[in-house]
Amino acid sequence: MELILSLAIGTLAGCGVWLLLRPRTFQVIMGLVLLSYAVNLFILGVGGVRLGMPPFLAKGQTGSVAQFADPLPQSLVLTAIVISFATTALFLVVLLASRGLTGTDHVDGAEPEA
Amino acid sequence: MTRWLDHLLVFPVVLPLVAGAVMLLIDEQHRILKTAISIATIVALTGVAIALLGLVDARSTEAASASVWVYRLGDWPAPFAIVLVADRLSAMMLVLTSVLGLASMVFSVARWDRAGSHFRAMFLFLLMGLNGAFLTGDLFNLFVWFELLLAASYGLVLHGSGTRRVKAGLHYIAVNLATSLLFLIGVSLIYGVTGTLNMADLATRIPQVPAESRGLLETGAAVLGIAFLVKAGIWPLSFWLPSAYSAATPPVAAMFAIMSKLGLYAVLRLWLLLFGASSGASAHFGGDWLAFAGMATIVFGAIGVLASQDIARLAGFSVLISSGTVMAAIATAQVGVTGPALYYLVSSTLGIGALFMLIELLERGREPGADVLAVTREAYGEDEADDLLRPDEAGVAIPAAMAILGLCFIGCTLVLAGLPPLSGFIAKFAMLSALFGPPGPGTHAGVPPLAWALLGLLIVSGLTTLVAMTRAGIRTLWTGAERTVPRVRVIEIAPIIILLLATATMTVQAEPVMRYMQATAAALYAPQGYIHGVLSAPAGRGAPKKEGS
Repeated sequence: MELILSLAIGTLAGCGVWLLLRPRTFQVIMGLVLLSYAVNLFILGVGGVRLGMPPFLAKGQTGSVAQFADPLPQSLVLTAIVISFATTALFLVVLLASRGLTGTDHVDGAEPEA
Repeated sequence: MTRWLDHLLVFPVVLPLVAGAVMLLIDEQHRILKTAISIATIVALTGVAIALLGLVDARSTEAASASVWVYRLGDWPAPFAIVLVADRLSAMMLVLTSVLGLASMVFSVARWDRAGSHFRAMFLFLLMGLNGAFLTGDLFNLFVWFELLLAASYGLVLHGSGTRRVKAGLHYIAVNLATSLLFLIGVSLIYGVTGTLNMADLATRIPQVPAESRGLLETGAAVLGIAFLVKAGIWPLSFWLPSAYSAATPPVAAMFAIMSKLGLYAVLRLWLLLFGASSGASAHFGGDWLAFAGMATIVFGAIGVLASQDIARLAGFSVLISSGTVMAAIATAQVGVTGPALYYLVSSTLGIGALFMLIELLERGREPGADVLAVTREAYGEDEADDLLRPDEAGVAIPAAMAILGLCFIGCTLVLAGLPPLSGFIAKFAMLSALFGPPGPGTHAGVPPLAWALLGLLIVSGLTTLVAMTRAGIRTLWTGAERTVPRVRVIEIAPIIILLLATATMTVQAEPVMRYMQATAAALYAPQGYIHGVLSAPAGRGAPKKEGS
């Protein structure tokens, strides 16, 4: 499970960084999206990977840390997802505005001199 | 204390939030109403910030932890829930934010608020984000405030539209989105090692982190630090800053002057709290890196100032010099240097804010990009959308516009280059004298090479700023037969004069201001007061419980 998770994070982050460094705005935005997926999985991972563990106590139960998933990273991930969703949407608008104003989808707003 | 006073600490966040939301409901046609509400809000914010500063400072005569004022959101005790914390540093930054915000907002009334929609709402949300970030005592909450103010700043950097702004805004947003991801990685690594996000609680736990986890903790702190350094515009993470700042509309650029200081604030707060002298094996982690990065930023900024042909870019590079100077001074990790560094931070932020607004007035009477060499003029984009906005409506124009603009320009130059008699000189002088002459006998054991390097850089950067500003001033104010005398309204020049008068006040009242800054620095280097204040607040509500993870 840990191996799958870390491979997934690594693959997403690698693809994300590569795309982020590409010259086209759409590639940049896809790179940011993939990177944010990687980071979200990473946050989930730092709470410890546990399968089938509840994050909350059942009624009348006494708690032991070993039997429960850490709920805090899950709530952090929720916040991070919401924020990255909103900022990605905003970036998409700027991307379209840039495409409309400059007539190119290059990140610098102009094609490089060949 | 009355009930209202208890809740004073949450007002810097709630006031702009409510006012900003109200702005969205009022139609753009009701300009006067919207302007009145937003200016009244910022005036109230300034009042609250000054009251907080006064209260925090007055309390400090008691115990060290009493100068830390904690507001528990939802009334949960500190390690479990988010707290707002006002100490001297936070209160000072709040005052600086609201003064700068007031000046920018008044300035924007003249014309810039009509350059696009929802300017005031975004502006107020930006203030909310800044205030929240300065007040929060929780690491993840800091991330949320960063995102909120960045979201507002994305809108503001594009305010006024135009090709140049969209191009610069695209880079700005991409850089900041990537930085936010680094911020998250850093926060989650630190959480993974320590099991807490409360800053004060973190400070108590970091000395106890076992050696095998220390690498992970330091990695997390380094990643987090990189995120802050990007915001502060520290070389080599600063290439986005001059173009974004110079492309933004003037009142927005003036506000951005304090956004770069937010990164410095975060480093100052967290580095001294988490990796101060008492933090065990990780004490002063990364201090050398901060020092060298800060000095490299001064060099980069100084060269950039000389190289820029456009005054707005010049102002952008002077933001870098200011950031670098504060960073290098903090990284010396000496109490005596940090106090003047804070003084410098306030003074240079006011100066840069005034300069960004002044530039627009100076450029008004000239053809766009007149000081860019003819060769590069074509590439500069003459189809500025701003030209459509040239206002013709009535307004009280000031007499002797050129003389007053010239005097303001000289004022900005003095503050930024650090020449007497304004506050920039006092700041630099106090920093250098603290570096070289620690008071008390037996301390003359030689001056470290780092201090010599910093001395050289401070003087050289002041000289290059002076040269560049003089050149720009001669070109803008003295030459150019084709220029017309700009029509400047009182409402535009007044904020600039007020900001410059604030630096003059800092000069005249240098002693009490410096005493406050020194007390702030002393509190930062003795974080026990902060930690105790947060974890045991408020007194009489029972002892704080430790989280059991």
